[in-house]
Amino acid sequence: MPYGRTIAGKTASAKELDAEMTRTLLAAIARLISGASVRWVDCQPDTCQRVYFANHTSHLDALVLWSSLPAHVRELTRPVAAKDYWEKGWVRPYLAKNVFDALLIDRTHIKVHQSPVDLMLKAIGDTHSLIVFPEGKRNTESEIDEFKSGLYYLAKKRPDLELVPVHIDNLNRVLPRGEFLPVPMLSCITFGAPMWLEAGEPKADFLQRARGAVRRLKEA
Amino acid sequence: MNLMDLTTVGLVGGVLALLGAATGIGQLLKQQADTGLNPAVIEQFNLRIRAWWILCAVLAVAFLLGQTATVWLFGLLSFWALREFITLTPTRMADHRALFWVFSLFTPLQYVFVGRNLYELFSVLIPVYAFLFIPARIAFAGDYKRYLERCAKIQSGLMICVYCLSYAPALLFLKLPPPPPAAAAAAPVVEAVAPESVAPGPEAAVAPPQDLPPNARLLFFFLLVVTLGDAFQYLSEKTLGKHIIAPAISPNRTWEGYLGGVGCATLFGTVMWWATPFKPWEAALMSLVITTMGFAGGMTMSAIKRDRGVKDYGTLVEGHGGVLDRIDSMCFAAPVFYHLTRFIFPQ
Repeated sequence: MPYGRTIAGKTASAKELDAEMTRTLLAAIARLISGASVRWVDCQPDTCQRVYFANHTSHLDALVLWSSLPAHVRELTRPVAAKDYWEKGWVRPYLAKNVFDALLIDRTHIKVHQSPVDLMLKAIGDTHSLIVFPEGKRNTESEIDEFKSGLYYLAKKRPDLELVPVHIDNLNRVLPRGEFLPVPMLSCITFGAPMWLEAGEPKADFLQRARGAVRRLKEA
Repeated sequence: MNLMDLTTVGLVGGVLALLGAATGIGQLLKQQADTGLNPAVIEQFNLRIRAWWILCAVLAVAFLLGQTATVWLFGLLSFWALREFITLTPTRMADHRALFWVFSLFTPLQYVFVGRNLYELFSVLIPVYAFLFIPARIAFAGDYKRYLERCAKIQSGLMICVYCLSYAPALLFLKLPPPPPAAAAAAPVVEAVAPESVAPGPEAAVAPPQDLPPNARLLFFFLLVVTLGDAFQYLSEKTLGKHIIAPAISPNRTWEGYLGGVGCATLFGTVMWWATPFKPWEAALMSLVITTMGFAGGMTMSAIKRDRGVKDYGTLVEGHGGVLDRIDSMCFAAPVFYHLTRFIFPQ
């Protein structure tokens, strides 16, 4: 089954159609407000299994990154998001569940026998891709924070996944921390060349290399 | 259907002919390898021509749909230009709320006032009220770092991209004198072509056609002279350019470019006097002012870009840099042209 959530078949229910329309509409609105220009540098959109890892500066990051993927890739891509944030109110849970099909991770109670990385790998199976923000939280400084180790374990347990660095520029000015009304400035999403974990590469080196890959895209 | 009168047909035909000729020349230059011209320059020229076709098509649609559509079009242009301006202008997190009101209140309100021809309001909204609001809102946000600089940047963006540009669609609402006898004499010719179309009344010969916005020709004249000023200046710079005005600001802008651009466009504008409400000498003066202001606008925006360390403001229309790169001369020329016209024809 190449397209996990295709609605073309007879299984498409009214609810799924609804979600499909919301997805398209939301992606269009997100592109309009964020004025995002999308650049693919040494990388092309593909439906192969990938982990897009990006710097995190705004609540809009996951939405805009997800919107900037072509529709057929977007269908297969699930953002990883914080459970505590996306379960508040009624809009966010609706979006997370029905629109993005987000993978919500509990930041407060991490269980040993069900680590977030295992949950992610279980959720993507052999079709989906992921969007992760390895800084772990939104960053207000201009410098990218140190990456958390999740990306390393993802790469170690599934060496076949393509790790695609993504740099998100200026979105923190569109919707800074603590604000709820966006200012429609222009942002830029840059996808870089895929990378993999080298054989025997130490964790710290790998995370440093991944962080460097995102940072370099700023100048690309 | 008698959509347009002869003058308008002449104008539109003229523009189409010009663009067609430019496209032809561009393609011809592209075919011939041994012209001795830089292929990059030819490519750039062709890209510009293509973008002008797009701009012309958009403008034509707006003109045909009427005044409201034209005001909307310029409103959207302002919005996009301001977006580019603010994006490349460093502001701080504390400016977020002020910026929100700049985009969501002042920009639309300016165009609402223009669309309702409320001169007393649209001429002061941004220079007075936004000017007072922005620093106050930023002060309340409590961040004083580079305070004056941030206020000035936001205010400049709003003035150039929104306030100044909004004077272009405001031209559509100026009260102009009735068309001169020459235009009235042209009307019977139209009737002779299509005698069965309308029952000829006594006013039909005098009244301007209502299919186009009444002042559309004035706006058209303005846009044409601005655009031609840019084009002639580009050509003169490429062919004659020697004495650079300010190398630190822009290595491309030369005195020869300025004189060539202003000279040619003024000549053209003067020859076009019959399509405007102006006398020939007035049309010449107007063209001179428009192109000079346009050149000043280009210089100013170059200085801002240089300060920000960028070449273009964005990448919306292929080959034309950003929206702001295209409308910079328009922004500077529009208010001056509007006020001069208002001075010649007191309201």
